[in-house]
Parts: sequence; C-alpha cells; structure tokens
Amino acid sequence: MSLNQLTIAEARDKLRGGEITAVELTAACLQAVEGADALNAFAHKTPEIALAQAKEADARLAAGNAPDLCGIPLGIKDLFCTEGVPSQAGSRILDGFRPEYESTVTRQLFEQGAVMLGKLNMDEFAMGSSNETSTYGNVVNPWRRGNDEAALTPGGSSGGSAAAVAADLCLGATGTDTGGSIRQPAAFTGIVGIKPTYGRCSRWGIIAFASSLDQAGPMAKSVRDAAILLGAMAGHDPMDSTSADLPVPDFEAALTGDIRSKTIGIPREYRMEGMPDEIEALWEDGRRMLEDAGARIVDISLPHTKYALPAYYVIAPAEASSNLARYDGVRYGRRAKLSQGDGVLEMYEKTRAEGFGDEVKRRVMVGTYVLSAGFYDAYYNRARRVRTLIKRDFEEAFAQGVDAILTPATPSAAFELGSMADADPVQMYLNDVFTVTVNLAGLPGISVPTGLDRSGLPLGLQLIGRPWQEADLLDAAFALERAADFGHKPGKWW
Amino acid sequence: MLDLAHEAPKPKVISGAKSDWELVIGLEVHAQVSSKAKLFSGASTRFGAEPNSNVAFVDAAMPGMLPVVNEFCIAQAVRTGLGLKAQINLVSAFDRKNYFYPDLPQGYQISQLYHPLVGEGEVLVDMGPGVARRVRIERIHVEQDAGKSIHDMDPTMSFVDLNRTGVALMEIVSRPDIRGPEEAAAYVAKLRQIMRYLGTCDGNMQNGSLRADVNVSVCKPGDYERYQETGDHRVLGTRCEIKNMNSMRFIQAAIEYEARRQIAILEDGGSIVQETRLYDPDTGETRSMRSKEEAHDYRYFPDPDLLPLEIEQDWVDEIAATLPELPDEKKARFVTEYGMTEYDAGVLTAETENAAFFEEVARGRDGKAAANWVINDLFGRLRKEGHGIGESPVSSGQLGGILDLIAKGDISGKIAKDLFDIVYTEGGDPAEIVEARRMRQVTDTGAIEAEVDKIIAANPAQVEKAKANPKLAGWFVGQVMKATGGKANPQAVNEIVSRKLGD
Repeated sequence: MSLNQLTIAEARDKLRGGEITAVELTAACLQAVEGADALNAFAHKTPEIALAQAKEADARLAAGNAPDLCGIPLGIKDLFCTEGVPSQAGSRILDGFRPEYESTVTRQLFEQGAVMLGKLNMDEFAMGSSNETSTYGNVVNPWRRGNDEAALTPGGSSGGSAAAVAADLCLGATGTDTGGSIRQPAAFTGIVGIKPTYGRCSRWGIIAFASSLDQAGPMAKSVRDAAILLGAMAGHDPMDSTSADLPVPDFEAALTGDIRSKTIGIPREYRMEGMPDEIEALWEDGRRMLEDAGARIVDISLPHTKYALPAYYVIAPAEASSNLARYDGVRYGRRAKLSQGDGVLEMYEKTRAEGFGDEVKRRVMVGTYVLSAGFYDAYYNRARRVRTLIKRDFEEAFAQGVDAILTPATPSAAFELGSMADADPVQMYLNDVFTVTVNLAGLPGISVPTGLDRSGLPLGLQLIGRPWQEADLLDAAFALERAADFGHKPGKWW
Repeated sequence: MLDLAHEAPKPKVISGAKSDWELVIGLEVHAQVSSKAKLFSGASTRFGAEPNSNVAFVDAAMPGMLPVVNEFCIAQAVRTGLGLKAQINLVSAFDRKNYFYPDLPQGYQISQLYHPLVGEGEVLVDMGPGVARRVRIERIHVEQDAGKSIHDMDPTMSFVDLNRTGVALMEIVSRPDIRGPEEAAAYVAKLRQIMRYLGTCDGNMQNGSLRADVNVSVCKPGDYERYQETGDHRVLGTRCEIKNMNSMRFIQAAIEYEARRQIAILEDGGSIVQETRLYDPDTGETRSMRSKEEAHDYRYFPDPDLLPLEIEQDWVDEIAATLPELPDEKKARFVTEYGMTEYDAGVLTAETENAAFFEEVARGRDGKAAANWVINDLFGRLRKEGHGIGESPVSSGQLGGILDLIAKGDISGKIAKDLFDIVYTEGGDPAEIVEARRMRQVTDTGAIEAEVDKIIAANPAQVEKAKANPKLAGWFVGQVMKATGGKANPQAVNEIVSRKLGD
C-alpha cells in the first residue's frame, strides 16, 4: 500500500509516531497526482508549495504537539481563494487571477500544517452537477462500470475534489455545497462529504455563487477523516457576518457509533416517482442498518419538499446574478479585446459573453429575470416563502424528537459524461432533488457511501441533522458507515 | 423642549401665462457619515488622498470578499435620526441595488430599500424670525457611496478612483412638504446645521459630503391643501427628479428653472414625463438624464451577505443621552435666557462653535451686550477677513475682558472699540493694554468739572447759544471728550455740562 492511500487518521498517527514523514507522504501524493492527468481533477498543481509546507510540517511534528492535520496533503477546490495561487472558480473570466489573500478556511487548514497539492477542478462558479461546465474541461470519475470504458461524471460542482479523494491523489479535499455540490459528487465517487450548518464555516475568501446557500465542507475517505477536517475548517470568523459565533466541538471525539438512543426519520416525500429500484433498495438497506444499530426509525413527512427544487432554482440564480456582476473586466481577470469605438457597455458585453460559459449565463439570466420589476413577487418572494416553509417542515420533524433524517443522496449513480448534453437543463437540475432542501433550510447534511449499483458504481445515502449538531450527525454517519462496511475502491485504469 | 412660536411661510407662487402655480418639493439628501472608516471595510475615508489608495479588498469587490458593517457608522446614523426626532428601527436590513457602472465594483450598491434604519422624523426650517416650515422626514437609510469615474484625463479612456467607494452615506428622504426654492435651500442648510451639531456629517458640499436629489412638481393653488386632507399624491402633479446637486445656489436655481419648464409645458396643454434630470450650472437649465429605454431596473433584493441589522434600545438610549443641545433648543434658550432677538439668536447658533464662543463671553456678563459684541464686532470683522470662529485672533476670554472693562466703567464704548481693534490686531490682555496705554476713562468728576469750567470760560458766545437751545450742549460734551482724549466718562460729562449750562 502506498502512502497516498492512507486515510487522514492513519497518516496522522504514522506521522506522529515517526513512521513516515510529511515529505514522504507528500511525495507519494504528488506522484499520484502526476500519474492521474487522465482524471483532470487538478486545475492547478502546486508541488513546490506542497513540498515546502511538508518540510515545515516535519519540523513541527519533530517538535511535538503538532495538530491533527500537520503534514496531511489536501486538494483545494478552485473556488477557494489561495494567496498567490491561481483561483478561478473554473471560469475563463478569472483568467490570470491570483488573489492577494487567503480564504479563512484554507488559512485555518494551513495554519494547522496541512499541505496544499493544488487547486481542484470544478463546475464553473460551482454551477453544475456533472463537472462539465469548467473552463479546464470536465473531470473524469475514477469509477467505471465494470469493464465499460465509458467516461463517467464525478458529479459536481466539487467533482475535482471527489475524484481526487476517490483516486487517492490526496488524503482529503475541501468542497463547497450550494445545492448538493459536496454530497452528490461524494456519492458518485464512493467517498464521504459533509455540508455543515450554514454559518459553520466562514465564506470569506470563497468565491460566491449564492451567498445564502454556499457552505464549505470536507470531502474525505471516511467519516472520521471528515470529522477531523471539519474541525479544522469550521469556526467563527468576524469577517463573515453570516458566520456563527459558536464553539467548534471535537467532532472526532464524538464518533462513538452508538446510536441506540437516536431517532431516525424517513421522509415519505423523498420517495420520488420513477426512482430507480436500486436507490429504493439502498435506502431500505440504510434504514435496516440503522435500526439494527439500535436507532428508532420513524416515518416522517416533509410536506413542502416538492417545491424545494423550483424554489432553489429561483433563489440561487437570483443571488448569483448579483454576485457575478463584479466580473466586468474592469479590475481583474479577463477583459475582452475591444474594437475601435467600443465603450463601457461593449466592454461589459464582450467580456461577459466570452468569459462566462453557457450554464453560468443561463443562471445569470434566470436570476436577473426573477429579480426584475414585475416578476420579483411572483418568483423571488414566493421562493423565499417556500424556503421558510421547508425550514419549518424540518423544524417540526426535529421538534417531534427526530435526531437525523435518512434519504438517498442522489436519484442515480454517476452517469456518462456528455449524456445530458442535449437534455433539458432541468433534467440536470433533478440531480439536486434530495440535497437542495438541506441548503434551503441551512441544515447539516452528510453523504455516506453504502452500496454499489448493478454495474459496480458507488451509491450514497444522505443523513440530515439538526442545526449545529454536526457532532451527532457525524456519529450517526459513523454508525451507518460501520454497518455498511463499504470498503470499495475504483480499479486504477488511469 | 422649547420651540419658538412660528407660523408657516407662504408657498411660492409663480405666475404662468394663464394662471398661478405653486411648487411642491421633496428632497433626498445624501450626507456622508463622519467616520474614519468606510461602511463595510476598514479603509480610510480621508478626502483628497491619492487615487485608489483608500481601497480595501471588499471595496474593490475582489472575489470572495464580504462586507462587515461598521458599528460606528450605524451609531452615527442613529444619532442623526435622534437629532431629527425620528423613529429608530431596532431591526433594519440591507438590500442590494443592482446596476453596472465602472465606479461600482460590486455591480450593486448596498443600501436599505425595504427596512431603513431610521423612520419618520421632522425638521423645522427657519425662514425668518417667527416663520418656519415643518418638513416631515419619511426615512433615513444607510448606504454605500460609489467611486468616481474620471472621463477627462485621456481622450480614449476613462479612469476610476475607488477611494470613495463604500464610504457610508445617509440618505435623508423628506416628504413633499417644501414649497419654494428658498425653502429647499433652507431645508438643506438646516439639515447641515443639525448634522454639524451632532458631528455626524461635516456638511462640506464642495467635497461632496452633502448632495441632494430634488423632486419638483407644480400644482394649482388649493391642490396642496387637498393633498393634505386626503393624502393623495396625485393632485400634486407629476414630478421630475433633479440629481446630485451640491450647492444651495444651484438647488434654488434648478428648482426655479424646473418649475417654470413644467408650467410652460402644462400651459401648452402638454404633460410632464416623470424622469431624472440634471442641472447644468453653465446654462442654468435642467436636461433629461436618460431616456425611457435605458430606464434602470435595480432588481433590489435583500443582501444575503449581511444578516438583518438588530440594535438594542439600550444602545439607542445611550446614544440619545450624548446628544448635544440642538439648534432649535439653543436658539430658543438664547432668546429667553439672554433676552436677545430671535434674529441674533439665529446668527449665534448657526454653528455650534459660534454659540459656544458666545456663551463663554456671556457667562457672568450682560448677554445682550455680549451678543452685540460677538455678532457685530467679532463676527463682522471675521467675515470681512474671510475667517471662521476657529481662526479668531480674539479669544472669548479677551472679548469678555473688554466687556468687563466697559461694565466697570473703566473704558467707554468708544474706547472699547479701539481696544478691540488693538486686541484683534496685536493681541494681549485688555486690562493691561488699558493700563499701559492710559486708556482708562476719567470718572473723577472733579477733573471733568475743571475741564468743563475751562471750556465754558473760553467760549462765552457758545454758552449763550446753548442756554437758549439746550440741544447745543452736545458741542460742549464733544469739546470735553476731545480735551480728555475720549477718556472722560461720557455720562459724567453730560451730567456736568448740562448742570453747568443750567446754572
């Protein structure tokens, strides 16, 4: 077994025990990265930074009392601004942009001694569910359907993060989740991904998609690793007004796997029309596993679920249309070549026309439309009311004593890249059907791999927790992970 | 609180070709909050800095940057609201106003459309002694200023200076209660005065710290009263908004022009198009700013980067407890406490520094005399020389010293003027100057009597005339004053002369 295949927890213990060095571990990861160009998971590699950080980490480890993440090689989603390192959100419009600042989340990780292997590919501005909208080209899922060589999507938007973790290019990665962008790719690649409660991780320095929904979170090989990473990423940041001033518990210490006193809700509205049998069966297996672990299982109702997706696809584009207005060619990033006589309007139009991809343009236009005079009440305000109702659905479930809610993470396994090219965009949006409710309600949600479909592709289940109770949620996920004993890895073909 | 009795001024009436018209005016005043740092960043607000030197990452809308509200700016806006006797909303919220412009880096301005920080208040606009207009304030909201586009530095390019980007503004919105160009200017002046008292806006119109958008419509006499009864705005006519006025003179001229423009259209059988207009000081005209096709849809929506702004009543009370005495109260107190005219009280309270100077002079002395000296002699001289009270070469202590010398009878009023001139130009302690330069007036009646006797003896013909016509006694007084170098106590001289001539 090579070092890059270790989990964070294993590597941490070996580093502390002096069995391996951070430089050795980093070198193994860099080698894996170099050999995995076929996956296109990395948008930008930073081997020099990685080795420098690894050396520093070794010094800290030698001095003793090094933090958990000291010397742990990670991949960073391109949405995070990293000082002096290209940070483009997978977009052409940010060509050449190197921030002069470090996002709060990555700063915290690096202060703990984490090592950055590079920036991970993603859907442009985190808009997409298949990683096909990136200016860097699509990421390829390390998983294949048995011997079928068809390239599959790793999911999106954190597809680079998911593929890199699943293919053991790094020990863990940062992701962000606005409507499912951590949990869906995690499910498609057989790894663990958690979106914490809105406000748990600072958004400062993360390129915004939809501010009221965006949350950073870890993508990892195990629930334990996710707990370790989340602990380092979370925390109050006075630079983000929406960040919560709450203590961060020791998430790893909370992993007991004992859920005998817990009540798990099964929401009947998530049993969608036309849901594949395999997903239905996976969900049923999950229910049984939690029950066997001693949890009480109850059927619950979240009656406004069916309005979540339309509401999400009003609110998220509305915020995005405003958040992306700053990409105008004036101060940074790309500016279109102008013709003689072109004025400021032409500069905006040409810059944005060539700088943004189709999906971004589509959402900016939808967002502009739903906020415009005469449509605001019918769309945006109505969507906000739906959001309140969805939140209330969850509150009522929790008030009835439910500790966590079990749902499928995705309506299917990973699909073929390009297979949705001619489909109605709404078909793609359906990927988020189980995940967007969690963002709208601001709740923590975690995706755990629990099975394979007939063709051997991973499938995941989602657990949704009470606000700020990530420790409990991780513990339930830990129990589920243990019971499912997934243990599958993609066969290396790249 | 003590208000001076007043009545409302008559609305301005403009005679058109066919009939009389009245004006209806409402203002949106943009006041820059006095604060060292910007509304959502720690960048400096200093005026006149090198272009683009006071710019934080968030001001330049760098990717991933987030606004954090500056508590001091909010306190300043609350303070302003309290100074305008306005409702303070304990919960308010920020909204985004979306539009593209190079000096607006975010592509939106953070403002407060739906839930402003300050609600209804009022301002009493003085239009002369006993005349004042009560103008209702609809709301005050807090928002970011934009940067500055510079189009005249290069023939092919425009430049952008982001120093002002994100500076905190208060937008003070009035009801349509202003009825003439002079009232509009006086309203802005009154807001400026109150905010300068409060220390919440320096009111510097030249630097753009205070700018106004003026809404003007015209209506027939009687229509306004109908509006007051019914609250129906439609009877007030269609309004046009004149944007971004930064001088009291321009405000008046623009309103005057705009009203006449509208009257001409209406009397011609036309109708007014509601639009935004710009005033051109060179031509004295207003012109349409943008056509309907380009009309902005600002797509306002709540800013998701900022939680609703919740403040505590206790905090508001703490701010309220530190409010200074405001112009109306101060003026009323000056009238009652010092027995001065409302006009004089108005002059002395125009600026809080002036009022403070006056009160230092008046403390323990005759208030009326102090007011006369401060207004006529000191302010008169300062104004002539283009100085403010801060640059006065005469301190309140020195001026008080002069007043004390007059009160004790050491110097006459006339000598006091000379003494004031010496203190103003040369400085020094007034009492010492009087001693050193032998300016003390002669109050020794024996000495004065001897002087009077001497002059009576030397001018028998004049004595005869004066006895026939007592008014001529003044000539003798003048001679005595001349002989004593003006130092004789005029009252004593008068008495002795009239007694001697009466003998």
